[in-house]
Amino acid sequence: MCSLMIKIESLTKSFNSLGVLKNLNLKVEKGSTLVVIGRSGCGKSVLLKHIVGVLRPDSGKVIIDGQDIGQLNAKELNLLRKRINMVFQGGALFDSLSVAENVGFELLEHTSISGKELFVRAKEALSLVGLRGIENLMPSELSGGMRKRVALARAICTKPEIILYDEPTTGVDPITADSINELIRSLHDKLKVTAVVVTHDMKSAYKIADRIAMLYQGQIIIEGTPLEIQNSEHPIVHQFVNGLAYGPITETTEQFK
Amino acid sequence: MLDKLQNNLFKKFERFLFFLGGIANLAVQNFYWLIVPPYKKKRIFEQAQKAGLESLPIISLISFFLGVILAFQISYLMRRLGSEMYIASIVALSIVRELGPVITALVVAGRVGAAITAEIGSMRVTEQIDALETLATNPIKYLVVPRFIALTLMLPVLTVYADMIGILGGWVICVFKLGISSRLYLNITFDALLFKDLFTGLAKTIFFGMIIAFVSCYEGFNVEGGAEGVGRATTKSVVTSFILIIACDTFFTALFYFIFP
Repeated sequence: MCSLMIKIESLTKSFNSLGVLKNLNLKVEKGSTLVVIGRSGCGKSVLLKHIVGVLRPDSGKVIIDGQDIGQLNAKELNLLRKRINMVFQGGALFDSLSVAENVGFELLEHTSISGKELFVRAKEALSLVGLRGIENLMPSELSGGMRKRVALARAICTKPEIILYDEPTTGVDPITADSINELIRSLHDKLKVTAVVVTHDMKSAYKIADRIAMLYQGQIIIEGTPLEIQNSEHPIVHQFVNGLAYGPITETTEQFK
Repeated sequence: MLDKLQNNLFKKFERFLFFLGGIANLAVQNFYWLIVPPYKKKRIFEQAQKAGLESLPIISLISFFLGVILAFQISYLMRRLGSEMYIASIVALSIVRELGPVITALVVAGRVGAAITAEIGSMRVTEQIDALETLATNPIKYLVVPRFIALTLMLPVLTVYADMIGILGGWVICVFKLGISSRLYLNITFDALLFKDLFTGLAKTIFFGMIIAFVSCYEGFNVEGGAEGVGRATTKSVVTSFILIIACDTFFTALFYFIFP
């Protein structure tokens, strides 16, 4: 089991002439969990949005399971997207739909599922993330942590092969955070889901990662097992994983001031 | 100074061309996704209800007042000319040919267009539009197509309704204030109205509906910068719709003037 699921080749992207990703290369093996760490605003979410094809690269390629996303037409891209789901940072639940409709959105849109069946599937997915009895509520009635878990339920409802998580544990209490970690771990173990998790929560990163990569100034500066990262002597990595205020990362920021 | 002005104008023109390009792009995608199955009727009905049914109270109020105002103003002139008989026909013609369609379009642009921009804009800001894409659902098909269908179908319907209420407003004043008999008022009204009056009035409302749908969706999709951006886009959407509706009306009025003299 060492075939590649996601392969990113020299990906470059800039917004308004501000370079965010510069010649970035990354590989994720099938069934493995890669955690991408890095400071807030360093382009981690942008990287995820390239994998699912919401953003288009300025140059470079994103290859999912042998298919170059840039070469696909709208129909092929939709087929590929049915195999990938993403959990957004703020949940990105649809305000106008109930929780059950949100969770079963993909089934509602792409299959002729009945209302009753949808409810059952949504309930099943919600119970996986530890929520029950909220199927008929609207997203605006939920707390931040609940929204995040509903978003998680929406991502796992159709049992995709790839799940992308954008800061799944940010903004939730430590207990919920740990149960989310457990869930990501069990999806990996039971369903062999390929996952890319973007986070700056190191505790969560060590717990769920098969491999960890660090994004810094638009490039992946190191990639390795959690143990390798933890014990890395690379000064930038060392400063980040240990959460130190002084070091090479903050020095370069100082220079720009 | 002049150089700066020129530069400024050039930039504005450039932005306008960019806007037109964006609208054209949205329109092409809209017509493509319009014919691609599956067709979800429920969403169209929802939008038709928001755009049509829920606009009825305000349309009633405004067109009734409009009829009343017209009857008073025209009676002022007609009395001086001694031809009060013509009040009914002038009220009917000006409402059916011009005021009914334009006022309805402007009210819908302000009421429904602004809501569409704000809704789609908030969805853009909170990543819901990205989420739609990741769930293998095209945002144009999901958001633009139902609104486009609802607005282009509902605007002519609302206009017919506004025409009737406007004529009723004129009737109330003529019958109760100016002492013209009810039967005479209605006879003159329906004698004055020809099929082409109704046709030219309604044909353009389909285009007004398209303008509102495309402008409001385009501005919503292109929101940048949080809540402030949503506010800015909503204002821009209403102002742009107003200008384009009036411009479009001028064009069609001139066109019909030559086609149906």
